Amino acid sequence: MQRYLGLLGLLLLNLPLWGQIRVCADCEIKTIREAVALAQPHDTIFVQTGVYQENTIIINKPLVLLGQGQPVIDGNHNGNLIEIKADSVEIAAFTIRNVGVSYTKDLAAILLTKADHFYIHDNRLEKVFFGILVEKSHHGRIVNNVVSSEAEEEFTSGNGIHLWSCRDVLIKGNELFGLRDGIYLEFVEQSTIIDNHSHDNIRYGLHFMFSNHDNYYDNTFERNGAGVAVMFSKFINMKRNRFYKNWGTASFGLLLKEIYDAEIENNVFEENTIAINIEGSTRVNYFHNDLIRNGWAVKVAGGCYANIFENNNFIDNSFDVSYNTKMNDNRFLGNYWSSYTGYDLNRDGIGDVPYRPVKLFSYIVGRTPETIILLRSLFIDILNFSEKVSPVFTPDNLVDEAPKMKITHD
Amino acid sequence: MIEIKDLHKKFGRLQVLDGVSLQIADQGIFAILGPNGSGKTTLIKSILGMVIPQKGEIYVNGQPVKGQWEYRRQINYLPQIARFPENISVTELLQMIKNLRSQPANDAELIELFGLQGHLHKKLGNLSGGTKQKVNIVLAFMFDSPIFILDEPTTGLDPVSLLRLKDLLRKEKEAGKTILITTHIMDFVETMADEIVFLLEGNIYFKGTLDELKKKSNQQDLEHAIANILAENS
Amino acid sequence: MIKVLQYSFYDLIRSRWSYVYFLFYLVLGFALLFLNNSISKAVITLMNVIVVLTPMIGTIFGIMYYYSSREFTELLLAQPLRRRTIFLGQYLGVALSLTLSLVFGLGLPFAFYGLGQSAEMGNFALLLLSGAFLTFIFVALAFIIGLRNDNRIKGFSYAILIWLLLAVIYDGIFLISLIIFEDYPLDKFTLIATMFNPIDLSRILILLKLDISALLGYTGAIFQKFFGTQTGLFTSLGVLIVWTLVPVYFIVRLARKKDF
Repeated sequence: MQRYLGLLGLLLLNLPLWGQIRVCADCEIKTIREAVALAQPHDTIFVQTGVYQENTIIINKPLVLLGQGQPVIDGNHNGNLIEIKADSVEIAAFTIRNVGVSYTKDLAAILLTKADHFYIHDNRLEKVFFGILVEKSHHGRIVNNVVSSEAEEEFTSGNGIHLWSCRDVLIKGNELFGLRDGIYLEFVEQSTIIDNHSHDNIRYGLHFMFSNHDNYYDNTFERNGAGVAVMFSKFINMKRNRFYKNWGTASFGLLLKEIYDAEIENNVFEENTIAINIEGSTRVNYFHNDLIRNGWAVKVAGGCYANIFENNNFIDNSFDVSYNTKMNDNRFLGNYWSSYTGYDLNRDGIGDVPYRPVKLFSYIVGRTPETIILLRSLFIDILNFSEKVSPVFTPDNLVDEAPKMKITHD
Repeated sequence: MIEIKDLHKKFGRLQVLDGVSLQIADQGIFAILGPNGSGKTTLIKSILGMVIPQKGEIYVNGQPVKGQWEYRRQINYLPQIARFPENISVTELLQMIKNLRSQPANDAELIELFGLQGHLHKKLGNLSGGTKQKVNIVLAFMFDSPIFILDEPTTGLDPVSLLRLKDLLRKEKEAGKTILITTHIMDFVETMADEIVFLLEGNIYFKGTLDELKKKSNQQDLEHAIANILAENS
Repeated sequence: MIKVLQYSFYDLIRSRWSYVYFLFYLVLGFALLFLNNSISKAVITLMNVIVVLTPMIGTIFGIMYYYSSREFTELLLAQPLRRRTIFLGQYLGVALSLTLSLVFGLGLPFAFYGLGQSAEMGNFALLLLSGAFLTFIFVALAFIIGLRNDNRIKGFSYAILIWLLLAVIYDGIFLISLIIFEDYPLDKFTLIATMFNPIDLSRILILLKLDISALLGYTGAIFQKFFGTQTGLFTSLGVLIVWTLVPVYFIVRLARKKDF
């Protein structure tokens, strides 16, 4: 054992002697591009404090680029800054800023193409067009980066972390703001998105397209145009995420479009215009979510089949559930509804009167949005009551037969 | 002095006063008589500013009354029906009016005169009609104003109180006050009134002393004189 | 005017109805807090009650007081007082005593439950402010009805009708016209129509604070601009003030010309 330790020590001591390149203003090597050109595969390049006015640094061999004292790579709004075209590249502790803006090319701070086993971590990416753009690369990690820009309109801005055709990628602990989409995934399989904080993006905090078998857990999405959009995807697990204050004209906490077999559990949706907007979804389970003070808690448009809502808390939402059809194939059971007015005579914690979460007024507002101005008026209460007594416009089988009397926390 | 010039008042289509002109001199008791609906109360209320005439002018002591309110300080008014807020007591009512007018008042004397001491803390709603009328009289007489306007002051009064009222009126007249009274009790007019104003269908049919009226209608007493007038004009 | 106000006020404070009204709000406040167990939820429920009830009680109480104080009024008319003084004094007496019943009736239970420390303090204050505005507006409307109708039964009917009109029927017509004309841009019409009904106006005012103004912003840019900023709050408050002053002006005008 001791022998091995000694050997390891020797190795560590010798490391600086080979496989390392330093870059700094006073060093022999003054630019990163130069260092990359000189490096052998699997070398480590240490970049010292300073501002490096470089762009289009092409990395075509396995390398480690480590910033020391947060060096800055400034692209002066010109092209891609770092292009990675080889496997096993690690980039850490840089500030990378001023990426070029183009209407025809997706320019990025870090572009990876067919580069597996990448590891991008602890970088600050500022004023980017795209932040980290990954194409056809697998088994990588993107961890603890801060990606930001000053996006104003969708067509002049890019995404923070953008994956296209990737498999088995971990995106963890990143902060993303001021972008078009915080994280964008297209044709991404078996990837995991954890602990990210995506806020103040003009379109989505997190955006899935045609991606299957992915998980996202424990993320926070705040004040985005919409929190998370999941479209045309299957087998997505969404757990313990927080969707806050996604407010505005067409703002969602979570937008689902053509989704199959997803699990949505233990999430918190608070103060969103629409907490969950569903346009076509099948076999999706909504368990133990908290929906608090949203305009619409659940808004269903289009075909939704065999979805199950159980043990969720609907608290102080203007509308709990809204349907635009009279058809219902979804099950609501054992949820807590703050607007429930029934009683519990046998004291088993379950209301004795079923609850109808769909109000006539939500149907009217769906048709004529301006009528929202009449929210909570006496006339509307009367209207809702009469619809409750004999449903004409709303699905008459949409009933929670076992509404909880108290909020459940688990 | 009260001066009325060409006063017109219509309620809806009903012409109640149709060009009344009248001068009432400074001292004395003036009885305003006339059948029901002849415009007596309307005339009085016009002077008080409670009814707004369509046409014509009213002067009280030389000042026009239209849109004015200060002049009512010189008038004591006794309304026809004694109606008061029911929730308050007699004392509170007297206090309130004194407070509103902020003038010196001799209410204590009048209360004694009409024997109201025992009723002072009762709610007005609980008083009998006669007692209310006594309160009404106290209210009307407690200020020292040059003009008195009394609308049916005798209603509901017992004989003793009626005598006291007459005494009061004589005393005020002696003091140089102008007193306007409407009443249906002819006996009261005969004993009290210096001059009579007779209203008929919104106009002044007659103005003058009692004797002049008797002479004009060739009758011995007032009741017949008036009955005669009414018969002639029906 | 202060003197007349004083007498009307004391007269009302001592009347049974003020106590009933005060106790009603007291019980309501405690009941809501007891049942909801959370101040913020109680405030939302309270909004429905205030927006519907204060106008109703204001009109009915206002017209009742107007008719039952005819004697008092006539007594005052013969005194050296301006008519304006008499009627404004009485009006303020009624409106103030009702407002005080509301404020104390609801304020006590909420203070008791620790409103002072709660984040809902501002919302609650706005709620009471709207209630006060509605009381002043509807008592004024009741006085106008009273001044125009000497027939009590007619007056009462009109009073209930005007409440029903503004609290329910207006919104019904409003809703139907919005649905009929849904193909046209409606946001300006909607905003203007809201301004013409004080009940809607105060409902919106409370919604702005209570619910999410962003929810109203859902419908488009004009709403967003109006409700998303302070503009909405100040415009609503301003129009409520106009809504109070205009009827008061009419009280003065009608009082000046009326025969008694």
